[in-house]
Amino acid sequence: MFEAILLTVSMAATPLLLAAIGELVVERSGVLNLGVEGMMIMGAVTGFGVALMTGNPFLGAFAAIIVGALFSLLFAFLTLTLVTNQVATGLALTLLGLGLSGMIGESFVGQPGVRLPRLDVPVLSELPIVGRLLFSQDLIFYVSVFLTLGVVWFLFYTKAGLTLRSVGDNHSSAHALGIKVVRIRYMAVLFGGACAGLAGAHLSLVYVPQWVENMTAGRGWIALALVVFASWRPLRVLAGAYLFGAVSIGQLHAQALGIGVPSQLLSALPYLATIIVLVLISRNRRLTMVNTPASLGRPFVPDR
Amino acid sequence: MDQSYLSKADVLLAVRGLTKIFGSLKACDSIDLTIGKGEIHALLGENGAGKSTLVKMLFGSLEPASGEIYWKGDQVRIASPGQARQIGIGMVFQHFSLFEALTAAENIALSIDDDTPIMKIAERARSLSKAYGLPLDPFSHVGDLSVGERQRIEIIRCLLQEPELIILDEPTSVLTPQEADRLFETLERLKGEGKSILYISHRLEEVKRICDRATVLRHGKVVGHCDPRQETAASLARMMVGLEVKNVVREAPATDAGRQPLLLIENLNRKPATPFSVPLRDISVSVHAGEVLGIAGVAGNGQGEFFEAVSGETLQDKADIVCVSGKGVGRQGISQRRLKGAAFVPEERLGHGAAPAMKLSENLLLSRYRTDAKEYLGAAGTIRTGRIAAAARRIVDMMDVRKSAEDPEASALSGGNLQKFIIGRELDREPKVMVVNQPTWGVDAGAAARIRQALIDLARSGSAVLVISQDLDELFEISDSIAVMHDGRLSQPIPIGEATFEKIGLLMGGADDAHPPRPFEETL
Repeated sequence: MFEAILLTVSMAATPLLLAAIGELVVERSGVLNLGVEGMMIMGAVTGFGVALMTGNPFLGAFAAIIVGALFSLLFAFLTLTLVTNQVATGLALTLLGLGLSGMIGESFVGQPGVRLPRLDVPVLSELPIVGRLLFSQDLIFYVSVFLTLGVVWFLFYTKAGLTLRSVGDNHSSAHALGIKVVRIRYMAVLFGGACAGLAGAHLSLVYVPQWVENMTAGRGWIALALVVFASWRPLRVLAGAYLFGAVSIGQLHAQALGIGVPSQLLSALPYLATIIVLVLISRNRRLTMVNTPASLGRPFVPDR
Repeated sequence: MDQSYLSKADVLLAVRGLTKIFGSLKACDSIDLTIGKGEIHALLGENGAGKSTLVKMLFGSLEPASGEIYWKGDQVRIASPGQARQIGIGMVFQHFSLFEALTAAENIALSIDDDTPIMKIAERARSLSKAYGLPLDPFSHVGDLSVGERQRIEIIRCLLQEPELIILDEPTSVLTPQEADRLFETLERLKGEGKSILYISHRLEEVKRICDRATVLRHGKVVGHCDPRQETAASLARMMVGLEVKNVVREAPATDAGRQPLLLIENLNRKPATPFSVPLRDISVSVHAGEVLGIAGVAGNGQGEFFEAVSGETLQDKADIVCVSGKGVGRQGISQRRLKGAAFVPEERLGHGAAPAMKLSENLLLSRYRTDAKEYLGAAGTIRTGRIAAAARRIVDMMDVRKSAEDPEASALSGGNLQKFIIGRELDREPKVMVVNQPTWGVDAGAAARIRQALIDLARSGSAVLVISQDLDELFEISDSIAVMHDGRLSQPIPIGEATFEKIGLLMGGADDAHPPRPFEETL
């Protein structure tokens, strides 16, 4: 029973983690993409559709990544090349994604889904308790964990990561040093889109395995909030995503047990808990300041 | 052409007919420049003469519209800063191109094109900083460093690439005199190693002191080449400005002991507003009628925070911490303080001192709608445009503001002219107390002289004037006494008769207080 609960927690947390870690890289480069929700739902509908048509869920997940990245390419072109307002463009992307996915997915409603199979890691998956939890999961779970560690390594231990952070801190200085600000931001936005697409595929291929219109249900927004409350630090995003997952699964069980608390209050609990904990750990204003990308959301037009 | 003194083999960089156009403005108009090997070459000019534009083209950050650049005799096209670094041009920027959230070593790593590990870079930076006497901790965050320390990072970053030509854009504008001396020693040493230096400045004394040759720019054109050692500061100024610069006239202040303090600040404390800003620590100072008090200090030592507290942008806990004309105003906002007879001119002209997209007359009303409500506003709060336009004209005439239209938007004026208007707007009220932050920052010499004279005249007519400035020459020119702000503390005012550059410089460096190292918390 306990093990099963933990497994659902990780299922709830994985899409949040994926979308948030992608957005973290985007924001570290100084771009605010509010279109996470839109890219996620596009990933979800693409993943489901491709898996349904080909019968291959891996192909579905792959297609979701591509579509998420393509969708973010639209955002990148508008905000980085045409220098439109990032907030407005991001909101538009979300609205576009929600509408477009509903249209594309109209015929998928009610169709039986194809589930991404579990992949057992030999030997390790036999371990008691942690075995099934950590080593007998779907592919996307493994990807999400390795991606988080990879982002930590990339951002803080490589020159390329340093360059990306510098662009987010001060794009004018970066430009003066000859760093290709716009190119780096394009790549960061594409990475964020790919992650959001895969996060969406997790919903429609693992979590629910079905297509329901608007099935992301605000997870993209939560991912965005997680990035901010985690003060742009990847391991805190990981902690935040799992905390949110744990409390939302916990409150579902609490509702099922019928304890005397209004269900609306219980439903609000995950949001409350995540905000409180993340606010508490980001009390150190100095550290927050160092980690906040100072150029976030500011348009960049190089003078030549 | 002026390269007669150099044989061809000695020329490191030659520029012919370099032109850059922004819109309808020719920022650089067919510039010729020759820099020899192992010389310190000065580029002189007023603000807006095109110095920064020219060096940005040399460093590849801007693309010239036409003209040629020759490097060691070969024509080159410098398309990016990376390419400039590759051929051997390094640059130390005026507004530092550093990343506050990163450490010194990370900042340096960013301008090195290969993948050298950060520890190795830190090690090299440390040994270079030792060799040139520029102490630096490679693992400190830039946000925690003083301006002088930041400049060290820029210089070390530049030296690590072993450039043959180093461009320094107004390097001493933010340094204490002692820090500047140390910089000059470093430059002499680099010159001794055969490196060339292009030194941009509008400080004539230091150009005379360290530079071998000078090229003077005015309105984007070269107006002359000279040997600065053969010139006087006055003759260099004439070349830069194109006409004689009037000296400021200052009579001794009336010295009757019965003068009362018009501006009184007692035990002013303020917590840092952001993690990177400076707290104010127990500041007490008074400015008397008829007096100009100057506040010197290296940028970022609390001057901005102090100005905000005095002007009422931030309030104090108790009323009598700030007194204007004997009345405690510590808990009152900016309009209330103005009503008591005070006037304020902030550092930033566009956006703080004036609304950029609004007309001069509208900007006049914005700052005086309370103090001159009877004059400018009708019964129901309607605006009396005629009277305001007349007042704006009066100010324009008084301060000799040059403008292109009858009532242009604030952003359409050049920095100097807008500053003249903003100062004039306050002077026109005949304030009892005037507080100005950086009155002539980025203002050309003619306008600066006019503004300084106006401030002195105001004090002599019986007002108290407080001037915060980074420009020591300016403070020595206009102040009756000078106090120094360092790390949020203010020194005792030193009467001008006793003040020397050295004395003030030591205080600017924090010599008098045993200042404790800033606590550096690093927790997760």
